[in-house]
Amino acid sequence: MLTLKNLHVSIEDKQILNGIDFTFEKGKIYAIMGPNGSGKSTLAYSIMGHPAYQIKESSQILFNGKNITEMESNERSHEGLFLSFQSPLALSGVKVYQLLQLAMQGKKDPLQIRKQAQAIARELGISEELLGRALNEGASGGERKKMEVLQAAVLDKDFLMFDEVDTGVDVDSLKTIAEFLTKHKQDKTYVVITHYNRILHYLKPDYVLVMMKGKLVKVGDGSLAKEIEETGYTNIT
Amino acid sequence: MSTPKDDIQFDYKYGFSMPEKSVYKAKKGLDESVVRMISQIKEEPAWMTEFRLKSYKIFLEKKMPTWGGDLSKIDFENIFYYLKPTDKQVNSWEDLPVEIKETYDRIGVPEAEKKFLAGVSAQYESEVVYESVNKQLDKDGVLFMDMDSGLRKYPELVKQYFGTLIPPHDNKFAALNSAVWSGGSFVYIPKGVKVSLPLQAYFRINSERFGQFERTLIIAEEGSDVHYIEGCTAPIYTTDSLHSAVVEIFVKKGARVRYTTVQNWSKNVYNLVTKRAQAEERAIMEWVDCNIGSQLTMKYPSVYLTGEGARGEVLSIAYAGEGQVQDAGAKMMHFAPNTSSRIVSKSISKQGGRTSYRGLVQVAPKAKNATVFVSCDALILDEASRSDTYPFMRIKEQDVEIQHEATVEKLGDEKLFYLMSRGLSKADAESALVLGFMEPVTREIPLEYSIELNRLIRLEMEGSVG
Repeated sequence: MLTLKNLHVSIEDKQILNGIDFTFEKGKIYAIMGPNGSGKSTLAYSIMGHPAYQIKESSQILFNGKNITEMESNERSHEGLFLSFQSPLALSGVKVYQLLQLAMQGKKDPLQIRKQAQAIARELGISEELLGRALNEGASGGERKKMEVLQAAVLDKDFLMFDEVDTGVDVDSLKTIAEFLTKHKQDKTYVVITHYNRILHYLKPDYVLVMMKGKLVKVGDGSLAKEIEETGYTNIT
Repeated sequence: MSTPKDDIQFDYKYGFSMPEKSVYKAKKGLDESVVRMISQIKEEPAWMTEFRLKSYKIFLEKKMPTWGGDLSKIDFENIFYYLKPTDKQVNSWEDLPVEIKETYDRIGVPEAEKKFLAGVSAQYESEVVYESVNKQLDKDGVLFMDMDSGLRKYPELVKQYFGTLIPPHDNKFAALNSAVWSGGSFVYIPKGVKVSLPLQAYFRINSERFGQFERTLIIAEEGSDVHYIEGCTAPIYTTDSLHSAVVEIFVKKGARVRYTTVQNWSKNVYNLVTKRAQAEERAIMEWVDCNIGSQLTMKYPSVYLTGEGARGEVLSIAYAGEGQVQDAGAKMMHFAPNTSSRIVSKSISKQGGRTSYRGLVQVAPKAKNATVFVSCDALILDEASRSDTYPFMRIKEQDVEIQHEATVEKLGDEKLFYLMSRGLSKADAESALVLGFMEPVTREIPLEYSIELNRLIRLEMEGSVG
């Protein structure tokens, strides 16, 4: 579904990803783990097309066979990619409904979007009031993460990356988010970037990828996450 | 095309002007005879003629402001100071700059309105709904007419207030306006009358076009309430390079006046305006000021809080695109105890545009327990653009509460990336962020105006507006 070919990425001349080759398959759940600074978020940003990240000319990102390496992030979104941000910003004056409406590009009736968002908000335990406000204005860390998941659900993309959707979230909220994602998974592909095994108890990964120093150093099944939890990254090679 | 039979017959539709008698023939430049002529044509009372002549002398003596924007290119000798409305018109729709025409089309201005705005037609035919509004206004004793008619019909009332809040020696452009003013609105709200619908200068019956040297006087008697709206979101095309208006507002005890401006002059215009209101005991004065157009705007609406418990507010938006300077702000003068003021300024600069917030808050001795809130936020969209803040405070009283916040923000790549990752185009993402930034002010504007304003800003963001 999504293939990375020899992915080298730098930001301001600092090399962060040092050649990653991997193919994500449709319908699977992937967990990406690794110590701080190993390049997990950079990987997600690069796949989504952040303009500050420079991708080496010989590198390629293919999505459903299409080369998306040069695409703007809005075009990648139209192709079916979604990124749930690690630290979602507050956008003053930009209402959640307005954002969803603009994001849908007229493909869905505004009233329908509103109804759907309300239903999802109820499921996720997001208050009506927060939903009616500008995005994330006055929202707690946990609420912001839920709002990312809400957008993921309304926009209904195929390849979803969740960058630390579990940090800054209390146990109950974490459970709510994970159960929500499991319930609405259908044939979507999930990439869950995380430091902790916690979320993986609810959202069972098919594969666990370990990144270190900008490289993919190990790929295993769900048990790899447990192993990391017990022994840390030092023993991984 | 019809052939004119005599002096008064002419074809309005094509904007042909009425042949002028030689005595009315306008000439460029300003001297005492031009000032006398203006007063004479309008058949004004002697005191007004004197007022104009005195003002003209003050205008000559006053120096040009050396701050704000570059005024050195204004050539006072190359301006028509009085023209009959028909003379101001562009001869035909075809003569209009193509960008202006396109803009009208893109924001969907109706045909009749376009021609009025463009100066092809001198009058905007008021819709029936406004006729009925006017009937209600008559019944309540509200006076709403152009300033020339106001002076003719209510000379005593006008004399009592005219030029008392903004005297000619206030500044050079106030002096100029006092000497050559024409048009503008005269509004009188009797005691206790609350006008439910906003009064819109735009739809004033038989109004002249927005004048070059407009003069507006609003008197709101005790306990009355009115919302006055000036301007419109569509760009107003004019060949006049200088627009210099004076607006004086008297808000009596317990009354409330809100004055909303949406300024979108074409980008050849110097817009130098003096606006001042006086708020008496427990009165409320609110200026909502949106500046989108013009080449240079210098405008600082002010409120003199003269009565105990009076409240003043200025909410403003300034947008400066390529080649534009918006030097805008506010003045709040606290002269009485328990007065409060609030200034919220939002400015946006793009493509080399420059915005400045210039504000003055003064608290006089004995204006005890005054509260002051100033918040000015600037949003800069690219490296070529600029924003400056000049907040002045003169506080002569100990017992006051003052809050001042200022932020300068660049339209962040992170926010743009966030929105684009959701599928928004770059233009949609930028305009969503800009409109969001302006929202605290736009939510105070009547819905039909704020929708148009948002649409206009979105067009500006796409860089497709002339």
